[in-house]
Amino acid sequence: MDKKKSKPRQNLIDRGFASMQYGGGSAQPLSRPSSLPLKMQVKDLDFYYGKFHALQSINMDIPEKRVTAIIGPSGCGKSTLIRCFNRIYELYPKQHATGEIILDGRNILDPKEDLNLLRAQVGMVFQKPTPFPMSVYENIAFGVRLYENLSKQEMDERVEWALKKSALWNEVKDKLKQIGTALSGGQQQRLCIARAIAVKPEVVLLDEPCSALDPISTATVEELVDELTEDYTIIIVTHNMQQAARVSDFTAFMYLGKLIEFDSTEKMFTNPVRKETEDYITGRFG
Amino acid sequence: MSVIKNININLYRKRRLVNFLVLACSVLTTLFGLFWLVWLLETLFLHGFRYLNLSVFTEPTPPPGQSGGLANAIAGSVLITIMGVLLGAPLGVLSGTFLSEYGNRSRVAPIIRFVNDVLLSAPSIILGVFIYEIVVVPSGHFSGWAGSLSLALIALPIIVRTTEDMLKLVPNTVREAACALGAPRWKVTVAIVYRAARAGIFTGILLAVARISGETAPLLFTALNNQFWSSSLNEPVANLPVVIFQFAMSPYEDWQHLAWAGALLITISVLILNIIVRTFLRTGK
Repeated sequence: MDKKKSKPRQNLIDRGFASMQYGGGSAQPLSRPSSLPLKMQVKDLDFYYGKFHALQSINMDIPEKRVTAIIGPSGCGKSTLIRCFNRIYELYPKQHATGEIILDGRNILDPKEDLNLLRAQVGMVFQKPTPFPMSVYENIAFGVRLYENLSKQEMDERVEWALKKSALWNEVKDKLKQIGTALSGGQQQRLCIARAIAVKPEVVLLDEPCSALDPISTATVEELVDELTEDYTIIIVTHNMQQAARVSDFTAFMYLGKLIEFDSTEKMFTNPVRKETEDYITGRFG
Repeated sequence: MSVIKNININLYRKRRLVNFLVLACSVLTTLFGLFWLVWLLETLFLHGFRYLNLSVFTEPTPPPGQSGGLANAIAGSVLITIMGVLLGAPLGVLSGTFLSEYGNRSRVAPIIRFVNDVLLSAPSIILGVFIYEIVVVPSGHFSGWAGSLSLALIALPIIVRTTEDMLKLVPNTVREAACALGAPRWKVTVAIVYRAARAGIFTGILLAVARISGETAPLLFTALNNQFWSSSLNEPVANLPVVIFQFAMSPYEDWQHLAWAGALLITISVLILNIIVRTFLRTGK
């Protein structure tokens, strides 16, 4: 390892990029890292922002009730990829995807798919905290009311449950009537997580959920992710490789709109197959 | 010991001179604008206050030479303005919502936006003549409804524009977050986006009220005027702007005095509306 590190840096970068350019056919990206039951299967997914080809034939099998991390440098398509999983990109008319994403046996890219039901099944937490302009309680109850008709007491219990799950209960139990936007940044983000899990989705998508958080809040969120895998399939996009190493069971490395390598986190961080993965993980580019 | 070397002191002096000149120009132009405004307000307040008394609010407009007030005109103005806003605001808010929330997918939206901008800058007298043509002429008489309609037409583009702008200020991330919970689009708009833009939309409506409450030209062709209390919007209705117009042009001194009082009343109410808007915007954020 020491010898390797002492090699001229520029040389390694050159080799890394060269192998990326010519190495497309030499080693197929691993799309199925394990034999666990699958929650989602991505097949030949291509994504376009207008004419820009942002994702190129992504193939990826996502195991059930595990944490899958997606890493890669800025602009590589990480966020674009998970925005396909609940088709939130449909809000913007010029974005479209081709290929298949199989969730529980059905193709969610099918135009007939009901987007509202899909999003109730596949929840999402975004990079920036987005509390709604209403009370903490209402923030959580809003999503639940869309699909469930709960009594006051049941709703109270659900709100408490979600807030406890997201480790926010102790901080906000006395200010449930306070407006959500008045919480601190870290609390807002945990509120958003509570809101997402309160509707009891099966898959939770986390798009760089900690990038706006301080280290303590980050640790709380990471613990939470760990706990959530008991019930949920989690897909997390992160810039932070240490975070991917800490929280995920499987890691996918993306670069320039392609899935370069996908394997168990342990393997990815200790013995990656592809040169690009190794260069990125060891911090030589990106 | 000098810290800065190679400094061109002439270049620096020149820059300071230019700075001074430009600043002086901007202060002078501001003072020029303010001068006329203050003069106008001073004249208005000096004359207006002198003739403002209780009977202005309690008695209807008099025939020349008799005592009276502006009560019927005040009531008529309030009524016509309220009806105008009630007609214009829902339409305006809904169109603004369409343009902001659904417009990016549709080809009609840019056309609507363009037409709305044209309407926004259309002279109000043209809107008055238009309503005269399509309401007053077919019905055979002037009416309060025609007045309200023409005011609604003036308020509409203002409300459409401010509603769209205010909704566009709500970050897309909030819409994404609500959609990501499985909320249908209408629910996202009504329950989340409206709530976030509430203060702005309300401000737009109030500004439209301030704008239409002083409009004279469209009312000349539509509501006209009425010397008496009018209980129905189906008849011509007295209103402050037209009363001011007629009384100020009249040869009778007591009518002219009432015109001053009316002008002051409109100015004060518009001023109050603007103050409400400002405080509302400040606390609403």
